[in-house]
Amino acid sequence: MNDVAIPFRYAFAASDCGGLRLQVNGSEVTMRASGALWLASERALVVADLHLEKGSAYAARGQMLPPYDTRETLARLRAEVATLAPAVVILLGDTFHDRRSEERLAPDDAAELRTLAAGRALVWVVGNHDADGPRALPGETADEMILGGLVLRHEPRPGLRPGEVAGHLHPAARVRAPRGTLRRRCFVTDGERIILPAFGAYAGGLNVRDAAFAGMFARPPLAGVLAISRVRAISWRQMEVD
Amino acid sequence: MADAAGPPADLLPPKFQAWFDGRGWSPRAHQLDMVAKGRAGRDALLIAPTGGGKTLAGFLPSLIEIAERPPANTPRGLHTLYISPLKALAVDVERNLNAPILEMGLPIVAESRTGDTGVARRQRQRVKPPDILLTTPEQLALLCAWEGARAYFEDLRCVILDEIHTLHASKRGDLLALDLARLQQLAPNMRRVGLSATVDDPEVIKAWMARHGERAADRQGTASVDLVRGPPGAEPVVDLLLSEGRVPWAGHTAQHAMAEVYETIKRARIALVFVNTRFQAEFAFQELWRLNEDALPIALHHGSLAAEQRRKVEAAMARGELRAVVCTSTLDLGIDWGDVDLVIQLASPKGASRMVQRIGRANHRLDEPSRALFVPANRFEMLECQAAREAIAENRLDGDPPRIGALDVLAQHVMGCACSEPFDMLALYEEVRSAGPYRDLSWEDFEAVVDFVSTGGYALKTYDRFRRIVRLPDGRWRVRDQNVAQRHRLNVGAIVSPAMLAVRMAMRGNRGGRKIGEVEEGMLEMLDPGDTFVFAGQVWELVAVTNLDVLVRPANHKDPKMPSWGGSKFALSTYLAKRVRQLMFDETHWAVLPGDVREWLEMQKDRSLIVREDEMLLETFPRGKRNFMVVYPFEGRLAHTTLAMLLTRRLERLGVGPLGFVCNDYAMAIWALKPMDGLDFDELFAEDMLGDDLEAWLQESFMMKRAFKGCAIIAGLIERRFPGEQQKTGRQITFSTDLIYDVLRKHEPDHLLLRCARADAATGLIDVARLGDMLARIRGRIRHAALDRLSPFSVPILLEIGKERSPGDAAEMILAEAEAELIAEAIA
Repeated sequence: MNDVAIPFRYAFAASDCGGLRLQVNGSEVTMRASGALWLASERALVVADLHLEKGSAYAARGQMLPPYDTRETLARLRAEVATLAPAVVILLGDTFHDRRSEERLAPDDAAELRTLAAGRALVWVVGNHDADGPRALPGETADEMILGGLVLRHEPRPGLRPGEVAGHLHPAARVRAPRGTLRRRCFVTDGERIILPAFGAYAGGLNVRDAAFAGMFARPPLAGVLAISRVRAISWRQMEVD
Repeated sequence: MADAAGPPADLLPPKFQAWFDGRGWSPRAHQLDMVAKGRAGRDALLIAPTGGGKTLAGFLPSLIEIAERPPANTPRGLHTLYISPLKALAVDVERNLNAPILEMGLPIVAESRTGDTGVARRQRQRVKPPDILLTTPEQLALLCAWEGARAYFEDLRCVILDEIHTLHASKRGDLLALDLARLQQLAPNMRRVGLSATVDDPEVIKAWMARHGERAADRQGTASVDLVRGPPGAEPVVDLLLSEGRVPWAGHTAQHAMAEVYETIKRARIALVFVNTRFQAEFAFQELWRLNEDALPIALHHGSLAAEQRRKVEAAMARGELRAVVCTSTLDLGIDWGDVDLVIQLASPKGASRMVQRIGRANHRLDEPSRALFVPANRFEMLECQAAREAIAENRLDGDPPRIGALDVLAQHVMGCACSEPFDMLALYEEVRSAGPYRDLSWEDFEAVVDFVSTGGYALKTYDRFRRIVRLPDGRWRVRDQNVAQRHRLNVGAIVSPAMLAVRMAMRGNRGGRKIGEVEEGMLEMLDPGDTFVFAGQVWELVAVTNLDVLVRPANHKDPKMPSWGGSKFALSTYLAKRVRQLMFDETHWAVLPGDVREWLEMQKDRSLIVREDEMLLETFPRGKRNFMVVYPFEGRLAHTTLAMLLTRRLERLGVGPLGFVCNDYAMAIWALKPMDGLDFDELFAEDMLGDDLEAWLQESFMMKRAFKGCAIIAGLIERRFPGEQQKTGRQITFSTDLIYDVLRKHEPDHLLLRCARADAATGLIDVARLGDMLARIRGRIRHAALDRLSPFSVPILLEIGKERSPGDAAEMILAEAEAELIAEAIA
């Protein structure tokens, strides 16, 4: 673990596995290259906005997107669970793309979700797309959850909210460097709260410069941009509008 | 004007003969030939140069037939359908066609129908069709997807396809060929008439437009189309601007020659100044106005300008108010401006056929030669322009190879058929195979396409309950419901343009004001807010980019930051490339070149090598701390870039440490940590690089993602437009096609759309076929010159280093750089 001490407003450091460790309102968290957030002290894995069955939701309306998004998303989640062996997995809302997603779930994928819940706690924090939580699948349903000094909820509350961990907005950054520009999903944090990128294979991204993020941060936030096998820390100045 | 051939006396009805006589004309031989083909009910392809009365020749048989038919008691259907590649051309032909109709007093209604036609007129045309309808391939595809298509077209007697040479080798051509097959099915008595400019190989076009049948004899099909040739026309006079002593080593702007170009414009009546890119157009326009002491009316015309502005320029041109127009391929074909007497080509023409088309824009009178002036922008272009000039003089043109019809286009067509009426799968298969580009379509591919149209065609069969087309009890297929049909009709067409952003004047609060034009999204990646650039002939400062608009304000800077441009978007044609190599090798031929270019060739011969036409020169030399390898295949930027990508992988494996590369239309340079003199070059350039290395590179390439998006849109996987929604940009897709590409590639790598994307990338974006031909050509024929310093030939390509931005593949590097900056900022 090569900690890089940087006299910056945020203390952050590269962790092994390409993640990025930092303090959010005094609690230590790790931004994972997969887009998951790892709370080591609680052995809790947090993923937001899986949007399972988004492909079939479009297919039902006549746009036949490849039907592999759910198994792809779950495979990514399974890989994280295998690496970290969490005691609790928290699905931070919009786990299903719509209210009928659970019915459309393929048997294999439903089995995968059940396996996920075996031997550990599975918490469904509900979101706007899946307000009722699962019907037949295992796990507890919650509107929000308090864990290790942090409050976990789907939709970030407006204004400054120290200690909040949320999803919903699908943050993505357009990064500029001398060599060119690039748009990627990202975590976004001011050291007091953190917003997670969408974890789902088909979930799009909203530019962090969008008005939806206005007023949420005490200072220009930092983005943890998802790159191949690692998270890159990018400053606000290098993020552009689309 | 009279042609020698004496027509049979009864070929033209008296009324028509009188009309010709009254204008002091005699019908030309090819016009009468076309009338004879019409009377005999034959399909015909007319090949004639511009100004040969080609359009009238196409319509004459229909005008006669309609004029001669007995009066009817019931309303008649459409008699003749005319398809033009351009909206503007359809409208222009409508005007030109109505002149003889009115003058002869014929009882014929001829009307155009384009995307710009008003709703009322379109509805009337649907209920009460004109005798002759003039439209575009996209409108035809839409008409064929109507529920009433069969009744609408059943009386159709003739379809006229204009400017076929610009269409047949493209996806638009695929779509048109399919619709032609459909029309034939709806109207068995329909005759096919093709009109084309002079082409290298008419058989290719004949095969494209012919009816291909079941029997083996018909499989080639071309026998069913008769060829009619117009008179050759006067030979064009093409001059080359030698700019003695001042031809630059590199560059694409031809800035050195602008004063001469301006003087030439002054001496001409009306000049068209063709360039190859929009940036070049903007630059040349700026430069000409800088020199324009006489305030000559010189205008600008390119695809990024607002449509109204382009229309204004065209109208001023038609009224004879302009002296010159600087333009891109937007004016390659189109309406006839009689008074243009000079065509200037700035920078290299890249192909002889395109150049003949452009030259044809000057002087639409057959018996006078068109005049053109080539203005090479650098030394290699001097060679290229000379080669093109000789090719044109010998009438040797480069042709498009025959095309295999794309499956994404077929998917769109199948959906269109299902929207129109139920189809039987076997019957539709036979119909599709009667279209030239699809004559060798396999049943397996056809089945895969129908499956794709219905459910997306995935190996994982979970979408059966969402079918877009459903099977009726009698086994036929039809669209599921009117909603699906309506959405299909909104998305018809095989043109996928890059996402365009509107350029607007910046108003308070970052709101957009007056629209100035449109730019491709990609162009913005080169500009930062505060940067200045030239657009629509003025200098602007970039203020901001919002979701849909590029906000700018006028800037008075004298020296705008010009985004670097990589010369032409057109690749040098294979044929022209060969002629350039021949010219270079043949020293006796050098006399036609200006002194400084000759000296440059002599110097190359002394210091390095000049190789034979069938060989490839490879130079290695150190420069600074780097080691260079430069090759000169002359195969165009695309093929060179692909070659460089693949060579870099190989050099990496050989431990040479490649650091970067740069390509232009003529050459490619790679630089590395270690010297490359000792490598086995035959091994390095072996053709097997097109195997696994290509596959591996291509899968990750942003070009595949771009190709996939295009195919997904054409095939209907992704809809650009929804009912009741205003289309503003191409960006309103609610999910990222890149995400879909990644998932599909991982879970079903052989899916139909990935096959389509691979085929498109291999031809359009990376030119694999051409690279393969080149590698085969140079096998055992690489001549290596190990030099201690750079060669004269290598100067132009080395001058391009640093002017190029790296492509999107360097994604990880971008992020690493951005992070490094954060750390630097934090430490400072």
